[in-house]
Amino acid sequence: MGSIQLKSVRKAFGAISVINGVDLNIENGEFAVFVGPSGCGKSTLLRLIAGLEDVTSGQVLIDAKDMTNVGPAQRGLAMVFQSYALYPHMSVRGNIAFALKMAGQKSDVIEQKVRKAAATLNLTDYLDRKPRQLSGGQRQRVAIGRAIVREPKAFLFDEPLSNLDAALRVQMRVEIGELHEALKTTMIYVTHDQVEAMTMADKIVVLDRGSVAQVGSPLDLYNRPNGLFVAGFIGSPTMNLIKGPSAAKRGAETIGIRPEHADISTTAGEWPAKVRLAEHLGSDTFVHAESDGTGPLTLRLEGEAPLTPGMNIFVTPREAHLHRFDKDGRRIN
Amino acid sequence: MAIKKSTGERVGITILAWVVAFLIFFPILWTFLTSFKSELDAIAMPPKFLFFNWTLENYAEVQQRSNYLKFAFNSVVLSIGANLIGLLIAVPAAWSMAFAPGKRTKDLLMWMLSTKMMPAVGVLVPIYLLFKNLHLLDSLIGIGLVLMLLNLPLLIWMLYTYFKEIPNDILEAARMDGASLLNEIVYVLTPMAVPGIASTMLLAIILSWNEAFWTLNLTTSNAAPLTAFIASYSAPEGFFWAKLSAASTLAIAPILILGWFSQKQLVRGLTFGAVK
Amino acid sequence: MATQQTATAGRALVSPSVILLFIWMIVPLVMTLYFSTLRYSLLDPDNSAFVGLQNYTSFLSDPDFIAALINTLVLVVSVLIISVCGGILVALLMDQPVFGQNVLRLMVIAPFFVMPTVSALVWKNLLMNPDSGLFAWIARSLGFQPIVWFTNWPMLSVIIVVSWEWLPFASLILLTALQSLDEEQKEAASLDGAGPISYFGYIVLPHIARAITVVILIETIFLLSVFAEIYVTTSGGPGVATTNIPFLVYKQALLNFDVGSASAGGIIAVILANIVAFFLMRIIGRNLEG
Repeated sequence: MGSIQLKSVRKAFGAISVINGVDLNIENGEFAVFVGPSGCGKSTLLRLIAGLEDVTSGQVLIDAKDMTNVGPAQRGLAMVFQSYALYPHMSVRGNIAFALKMAGQKSDVIEQKVRKAAATLNLTDYLDRKPRQLSGGQRQRVAIGRAIVREPKAFLFDEPLSNLDAALRVQMRVEIGELHEALKTTMIYVTHDQVEAMTMADKIVVLDRGSVAQVGSPLDLYNRPNGLFVAGFIGSPTMNLIKGPSAAKRGAETIGIRPEHADISTTAGEWPAKVRLAEHLGSDTFVHAESDGTGPLTLRLEGEAPLTPGMNIFVTPREAHLHRFDKDGRRIN
Repeated sequence: MAIKKSTGERVGITILAWVVAFLIFFPILWTFLTSFKSELDAIAMPPKFLFFNWTLENYAEVQQRSNYLKFAFNSVVLSIGANLIGLLIAVPAAWSMAFAPGKRTKDLLMWMLSTKMMPAVGVLVPIYLLFKNLHLLDSLIGIGLVLMLLNLPLLIWMLYTYFKEIPNDILEAARMDGASLLNEIVYVLTPMAVPGIASTMLLAIILSWNEAFWTLNLTTSNAAPLTAFIASYSAPEGFFWAKLSAASTLAIAPILILGWFSQKQLVRGLTFGAVK
Repeated sequence: MATQQTATAGRALVSPSVILLFIWMIVPLVMTLYFSTLRYSLLDPDNSAFVGLQNYTSFLSDPDFIAALINTLVLVVSVLIISVCGGILVALLMDQPVFGQNVLRLMVIAPFFVMPTVSALVWKNLLMNPDSGLFAWIARSLGFQPIVWFTNWPMLSVIIVVSWEWLPFASLILLTALQSLDEEQKEAASLDGAGPISYFGYIVLPHIARAITVVILIETIFLLSVFAEIYVTTSGGPGVATTNIPFLVYKQALLNFDVGSASAGGIIAVILANIVAFFLMRIIGRNLEG
């Protein structure tokens, strides 16, 4: 079992408050992603759960037991660090076996478990190598293997893919997803990349400057962001946010429309605009336009669109997908 | 300097570099050569460079007549012993400053370094009187204690810089893996820090071996290391250059070798990190 | 970042060093301060009395002290100039791609690892002896009278010995600083049309300025305490020609057994060193921030 609960957790470093009262519930078996811009506190939150930092106030419960004052080793969690944090002087076998050795298990039991974890991760051929002899992706797997072998209540991932190149990142994303399917253990995953968040999560926790902005499934956050911050954070390219008369006539201070939810016409439409730049990816076309009524607009069209800089176009948002926000930045329903 | 040089320039610079290096190194070379001469050859005019009767008699005499080995033994025991004990005290201190720093840690480190800048004569009188009254004069324990305290700030400082280079998340990973503090230090920290610890010891041994204030003033015969033994050649009897050379060669050889391996540590340690 | 457990452990682990260094430094210093206010001679210990600052006034007005102060400054400044300027030149030379660079480095650095008593005695006897020393032979071969180094030019002789010992240190530090100079900066300068002199003045010198400052400060700290070389060659003489402050204090303490006077001298030496240390600590402190 691996449910995790945070109650009014606060963390301050001296006078600087980094986490301002977070309440959170993570069910057993869930894949929860903490996401947010740099400095929002997501890594700190993860470390508070891990026990590597002490909370300033509040409680951390694991399986309904209060672990707030318990050290990291006794919480039964395993962490995969951003830099992998492998022991450079130990072989892959030694790295994976270390936790079991600390737990005092017998060497034949240890060997068996290490082999099993190595097999799961395709590391069997590398067991005797040292970390410096491994590629980035292999080191990543050893870090995961080290965590798996402890059979923890939950896995904690701290931006594990940010040190990998793009292709490897996609591959590892899939592998971690498959791992979750296979083990069904709770996983908490920290990233600043909202694409990772959207593709991997059962539940996303968006953090903004130490507080929880919104919690929900990926599609929840995509379709019904509860405020300007989440609206602007989830979705790439970013949602177009428009103030002024276009917003006022719809009864809002700000309206938002995602790039993929607007139509472009050369003849008629709500917002006249001029194309500044068109990016042709083949699968999509991203159009960056400037309009007097709305300011800069980014639009996404499927396939190839014959738009060139300088062209005059008309942009019309699809009302069904329009989001409205009041003067405090909150969603109007 | 700039990129391409003519062959003539390169040859010129090579010759210049070799001449300069040779001139700087020459006194050491000359000592080494003189150690194999007879005393008469040693003072011969014009001086004999390579063509003389090479003999080992000086090395034998330095041991037979003045018991060189005893002083060498003292040097070895003092340099290694004082710094091993210093290491036992410095490692925990450096650990705590690197991994559990407090608000005052930086100030503490600077204060410790400042004790190394205190001139020895500032405390010569009380230390000497204290040692006299405690019967520590001319004892290995007495001078060993002083040598240890002289190097302690340096040991702590250098170990601190090496420990700080160990990525913190590896130690956190060990903690998550269930390692107690002791296990963390034994299984992870120490193996990773061994090269740094070895380099630090190297520099410390060199500095203690060459220390020539307290060793001259606090020892006379029993605990005197090689620095004091060589100093006795300042008031010699009869011809002594060849013996001085032999004694000197023996005294400096180990350190020249160790010194070669410790250049980087020297820069790190003796500039207190201000030069990288 | 430490949790509560590691913070407490930390304090316990650092205590022995703090205590030992405190005892080593503060306690004797306080005692020296105390002794400096006494008229206390080991030859006549029962006749000691508190005399306030009298030791300081007599020490400071003693012509031997003025001489020692001047000698100390002359020694320090001379060795600094020779070792730093020489060090820069040697470092520039060593930075070039030269055949056998490793051996050259070994030769240039070696003197720093020679113990001071050996350095001094080898220079005094094998090299500078006016009858059978190597320099004497060179002089005579060139038709000059050999210089009677330690008798006629005692201070210069000591300066030469100490400079030889410290030139390698300066060279090594400055070479390290030089080698951190980017290849790309050199290339950019060459593209900009900089000749060797302006390259040195505008690019090299500012880059190693910090290293030069560090070398000067650190050497000063150690040069203020030169002792062994004087001890084995001139014993401060002739007269007080080569007596510096450390040697003067030593003389007062262990040759004249005048505890009061020696302590006053020691405190003055500490004050001098503190002035230099103040500046050095500023640089180190700045470095610790980073």
